[in-house]
Amino acid sequence: MIEVQEITKQYGDKVVLDKVGMQFNKGKITSLIGGNGAGKSTLLSVISRLLSQDGGVVLVDEKNISEYKSKMLARRLSILKQSNHVRLKITVRELVSFGRFPYSQEKLTKDDVEMVDRAIDILNLKDIENAYIDELSGGQKQRAYMAMVVAQDTEYILLDEPLNNLDMKHSVQTMKIMRKLADELGKTIIIVLHDINFASHYSDFIVALKNGKIIYHDTTENIIREDVLKDIFDINIKICEFDSKRICNYF
Amino acid sequence: MVALLLLIGSAALFLFYRMGNSWEFALRFRGMKLLAIIVVAGCVAFSSVAFQTLTNNRILTPSIMGFESLYLLIQTFIVYFYGDQTFKVLNHVDNFLVSVTGMIVFAFLLYLMIYKKGKNNLYLLLLVGIILGTLFSSLSSFMQLLIDPNDFFIIQGKMFATFNKINSDLLWPSLFIMMIILFVGLRMAKYLDVIALGRDQAINLGLNYNRTVKIFMVLIAILVSVSTALVGPITFLGLLVTNLTYELFKTHKHTVIITACCLVSAITLLLGQFFMERVFNLSVPISAIINIIGGFYFMYLLLRVKKL
Repeated sequence: MIEVQEITKQYGDKVVLDKVGMQFNKGKITSLIGGNGAGKSTLLSVISRLLSQDGGVVLVDEKNISEYKSKMLARRLSILKQSNHVRLKITVRELVSFGRFPYSQEKLTKDDVEMVDRAIDILNLKDIENAYIDELSGGQKQRAYMAMVVAQDTEYILLDEPLNNLDMKHSVQTMKIMRKLADELGKTIIIVLHDINFASHYSDFIVALKNGKIIYHDTTENIIREDVLKDIFDINIKICEFDSKRICNYF
Repeated sequence: MVALLLLIGSAALFLFYRMGNSWEFALRFRGMKLLAIIVVAGCVAFSSVAFQTLTNNRILTPSIMGFESLYLLIQTFIVYFYGDQTFKVLNHVDNFLVSVTGMIVFAFLLYLMIYKKGKNNLYLLLLVGIILGTLFSSLSSFMQLLIDPNDFFIIQGKMFATFNKINSDLLWPSLFIMMIILFVGLRMAKYLDVIALGRDQAINLGLNYNRTVKIFMVLIAILVSVSTALVGPITFLGLLVTNLTYELFKTHKHTVIITACCLVSAITLLLGQFFMERVFNLSVPISAIINIIGGFYFMYLLLRVKKL
């Protein structure tokens, strides 16, 4: 389980995270939502040790992440940020193989190759596995990086706006894959989302941040309500039921 | 493979071209130069490739950190104090030791200063390096203005890299240091592969990012110091050879890139030295040849690729 306690982060005088504390449910998809600058991405970066906090602790399986060896933590927790532009001559398959680095470094075992194959399969990258990364479209690149995270095979997967570069088809595909990872493989997924409808459709829990504080943390049904959403985003949002799923109209 | 053959070819050309009568002397003399070229090639290749991967920038070389300006400052300082007595007071070995120690101490102070404040920011390090480098250059030009014009020639001799007056006492220790660092560096090259993916990915994949970067910066500092103290400022070569290597060997594996880059550097230096000796009859320094070619190549890079 991932637990954060009293996380504080400041840039100069600006408080980005203000004593944030919560627990993330195991084996579920939790979406982080909130307006720009609410602290979603910062919280995700702190949990994944990309950013050091000014106060508070992050616990992964009851152990402080600063006490983990970097390599060991990389076998439990993976993070994918939104911007990944490299100008490397590296193929999709080679990139996905890096997901096994925490286990075998650069010498892949048979098991590693199997994991890489499976990840490539899950993300439908078989036909472009030998293409160079810098020749791919934004969406394909994004999927290649996701495959790397899948190959890393961690209990916890953290994603920062993974749908940013994707068209509708690939967004839906991506979220379905996340669902599959959570339901079939029992992965715990924490995901920063901007599109409230994707959060409504695919997540089990929603955490809403505003001004560096968690203002709501509940099941999806209890968050996707007109009064709650108005409180989070400060705009009027109409909700309609459609095939037993709630759709938000905020246009 | 082709590169290796080319290297052997150019080495042979360099060693055996127009040997003349006293072949024993010629071979010994040229062999010494060949060895120096190999040392410098190894230093420049590893330090430049590693530095470019760490900074994720293909148009930087470690000289940006101010190593070479510090070297010139040390040389100017020595001449400023001892004047024409310089060579009496300080022989080649002492000078080499002073320069290497000076540069390594400078690098460590710089790293300590930045890392002690808890700021693990590589770009801040570069920025401070650039500023100090400029300061060192200004200081040396100031002192060069004050000294006797005759003494200035001593400094001028140090301002350009040359393989013609290598001291054999320095060669073997340099080779030894280069081999050790290169060995350690190649064993760590797999970490460079991961660092090339960017800081966030490297941390995600379980690399102790800050510590690894520090280790590489130390290795780079040692190599640059050794090669600069041995032949003079030559890291501009790094820009040329690394980009040539990236063009010729399309791979992300740093073990391959670094090895290839060592070969490319050695070939470039050998041919440069050969042309300097045979075509230009020693009238231009090798760094001038390399800088002209490198400069044109640099412009070509700028014009061809829109984003660097």
